[in-house]
Amino acid sequence: MKALLAAAAVIALALAGASAGAIPGGTVAVTVVLPYVAFLTLAAGIAWRVWQWAASPVPYRIPTTCGQQRSLAWIRTAPIDNPDTGIMAAIRVAIEALTFRSLLRNSRSHVSAGRLEFSEARLLWLASLALHWSLLVILLRHLRFVLQPTPFFVPPLDALDGFLRIGAPPLLITDVLLVAALLYLLGRRLANPLLRYMSLLTDYFALLLLLGIALSGMAMRYAAPVDLVSVKQLALALAAFHPVVPLAPSALLLVHLLLVSTLAIYLPFSKLAHFGGVFLSPTRNLANNSRRVRHINPWNRPVPTHTYAEWEAEYADKMKLAGLPVDGTDHGG
Amino acid sequence: MADKPAIDIELKAPKGDWRDARVEFRKGTFSNASPPKDLVHLGLPNPRKWQPTDLDWQLPPDWKRILLEGMKDRLARYRSFRLFMDVCVRCGACADKCHFYLGSGDPKNMPFARAELIRSVYRRYFTLSGRLFGSLAGARELTEDVVKEWFYYFYQCTECRRCSIYCPFGIDTAEITMIVRELLSLIGVSTHWITEPAGNCYRVGNHLGIAPHAFKDSLEFARDELRDITGLDIEIPINRKGAEVLFVMPSADYFATPHYYTLLGYMMLFHEIGLDFTVSAYASEGGNFGLFHSNDLMKRLNAKIYAEAKRLGVKWILGGECGHMWRVLHQYMDTMNGPADFLEMPVSPVTGTRFENAASTKMVHVCEFTADLLYHGKIKLDPSRNDEYVVTYHDSCNPARGMGLLEEPRYVLRRACNHFHEMPAKTIREYTFCCGSGAGLGNDENMEMRLRGGFPRANAVRHVREEHGVNLLACICAIDKATLPTLMDYWVPGVQVAGVHELLGNALVMTGEKQRATNLRGEPLAKEEVHA
Ligand code: SF4
Ligand code: SF4
Repeated sequence: MKALLAAAAVIALALAGASAGAIPGGTVAVTVVLPYVAFLTLAAGIAWRVWQWAASPVPYRIPTTCGQQRSLAWIRTAPIDNPDTGIMAAIRVAIEALTFRSLLRNSRSHVSAGRLEFSEARLLWLASLALHWSLLVILLRHLRFVLQPTPFFVPPLDALDGFLRIGAPPLLITDVLLVAALLYLLGRRLANPLLRYMSLLTDYFALLLLLGIALSGMAMRYAAPVDLVSVKQLALALAAFHPVVPLAPSALLLVHLLLVSTLAIYLPFSKLAHFGGVFLSPTRNLANNSRRVRHINPWNRPVPTHTYAEWEAEYADKMKLAGLPVDGTDHGG
Repeated sequence: MADKPAIDIELKAPKGDWRDARVEFRKGTFSNASPPKDLVHLGLPNPRKWQPTDLDWQLPPDWKRILLEGMKDRLARYRSFRLFMDVCVRCGACADKCHFYLGSGDPKNMPFARAELIRSVYRRYFTLSGRLFGSLAGARELTEDVVKEWFYYFYQCTECRRCSIYCPFGIDTAEITMIVRELLSLIGVSTHWITEPAGNCYRVGNHLGIAPHAFKDSLEFARDELRDITGLDIEIPINRKGAEVLFVMPSADYFATPHYYTLLGYMMLFHEIGLDFTVSAYASEGGNFGLFHSNDLMKRLNAKIYAEAKRLGVKWILGGECGHMWRVLHQYMDTMNGPADFLEMPVSPVTGTRFENAASTKMVHVCEFTADLLYHGKIKLDPSRNDEYVVTYHDSCNPARGMGLLEEPRYVLRRACNHFHEMPAKTIREYTFCCGSGAGLGNDENMEMRLRGGFPRANAVRHVREEHGVNLLACICAIDKATLPTLMDYWVPGVQVAGVHELLGNALVMTGEKQRATNLRGEPLAKEEVHA
């Protein structure tokens, strides 16, 4: 049900994009106004989000340690999984960001005949990695549209991406990987009863929106090629703040633009802003050295305590009888 | 066991909608409420007589405002809380990593589901999309049913952090649980098993409320027992000013078994190496149930340790075997109650090793201390005295995932025992499974849920029992020692539980000791002992 609603929302957006060309002012809205709004929202939204996280204090040093601590010199430590310095903690975060290491730990638990068993579960890791790396490459490839001259690394990236040399224009691996990963993640969300139970409409929406973007983009490349020169003109003009409204843009382009703009507007306010978690999480980006170096809590505040003197006042007589030493300073004795 | 209910472990596909907050407080699966006197002792709000099964929890009239303001305040004070509310992608990697989910099959015990119980409220009151789109964006109203649901499920999390290591963002449900429990405490919702020991610890000095003279009696008793076992007079100094080291242990070590044998082990060791130490009757509790209640209560209880170290004029502090105690000592104490600038860098008086890793907090774990002694060959062990035991080691959650104290206890065990076998790799070290009774859940009324939560741990023990004939589960945690025996009796009968320093004490060859006839439990040694 939630998945269907999310699909309906994405389809409605796509249809709106497809028909924009036919509505007066529609083309301007989708090719000029919306991209600016989207870009501004994305930039401001992310800045606000990151500021909100970064500005909140980290009262305690609470890394989750996944290996041996540094204690005695002769014990082999796990310097990355249990970092002892800020630099090692940064490496831990970098490895997590680049390889999704934690997901690689994943396993699945089964109970059979009253026993708990584990099996490997690497697909989630693989799909997440494929999704994020493909997105990055695709994003870099798109730089050819907004930058003049095309950045030096884009053509070789394109070539590498198309090294399979299937069809013309050559099929790009990242396109395939992206769609496959999105379909897997979607299928998994629907097929796994635990995930289906917990998934929100927004979880499906995010995946379907990305899928819509990928498919509309691919259609422009493989099925109904658009005039790349005019697309680049449009993008360059936007980037130069001299927007030119295209005369008869392809419906696919409008769909693509509308969906991408939606994503950009939606991203800062959704779970898609999860990148913050990778870099800012105090369970990951801090060194496990809280006994060696004192960590400061900016809001550390006094609390009522039961002092030794108060305590001794209550027990002094019994303590003396039992032969325990007493200070006897704060009470009559 | 015949008198215990049969517990079926089954993981079924969940039914219904998780946003439906109603819970059934089924006997055996929750903890009793704090009676008014607990809260009065500690000066905590809304003392009253109530139980979770009551229809009316007698919350303060403005409970909702208190909770929402409490959330707002903590969102501003803890980056962890704000971030963990924002970034979960519901990928489900953590879903089947929680022992309570695995043991209960209740989908709301999946870590991300547990977190979603408050995240949905966060969305409703603190995010734009939640305010605009409500339940479509996964937002939920804060109702009394939600409060009850929070109580049920956030007291079904042992703050073990296992979920966190699988999460791509390190989302630590333990941290969320700590914050929700703190929020609940603002409206007087807490459990007796936590507030009573905390109150005792605050006023008297330890969880059971053992007054100083009775504390002395327990330690004298240990002295007598040690005389019987070793023939040596082993004194345990109390509140002695000017000692080099203050030794702080969980109070269970001197009032509960099998903890008690660990106490004997420490004292034999300290005697053998001639450690200049004292224990304190004022700071006679290393454990800190405040950790399971609220930041402030944790700090109030913890403050005694540094205060006492200062009063006694010791140079540094040594800490005994206890899991959650070490979470507090390692990750919170110095920040909360430091700086300990009146203490000195801990240096082992026997080996000269400087414990640089404790340079600021000035507190060393007894396993670090003992491993160092063994490495330098300063003590002699006869592991054959432990030959009746086939040993495996349970990593307690906090030393494993909140510290990384993994090798030190293993080093001691391997030296002290001839038969040692690890449990499967996915169930030890950072992957360790909780005993199921930590974080203040180890009470009798919660027994069914404890046995369920402990099932994954027990299952791994059963594996090594069948494979290698393991009959002893070693650990370094007072809560483990209190609760694993019950767990073993139920799931893996025939496995005993012992502290690492109990096994060390058995094996320790002491100067001038008589030939040992028994182990520290008073059981006859398996064979003629020839090495003494
Ligand atoms: S692993 Fe982390 S991101 Fe994934 S569902 Fe669990 S808490 Fe959320
Ligand atoms: S901290 Fe432990 S008990 Fe709590 S949700 Fe995570 S795995 Fe479960």
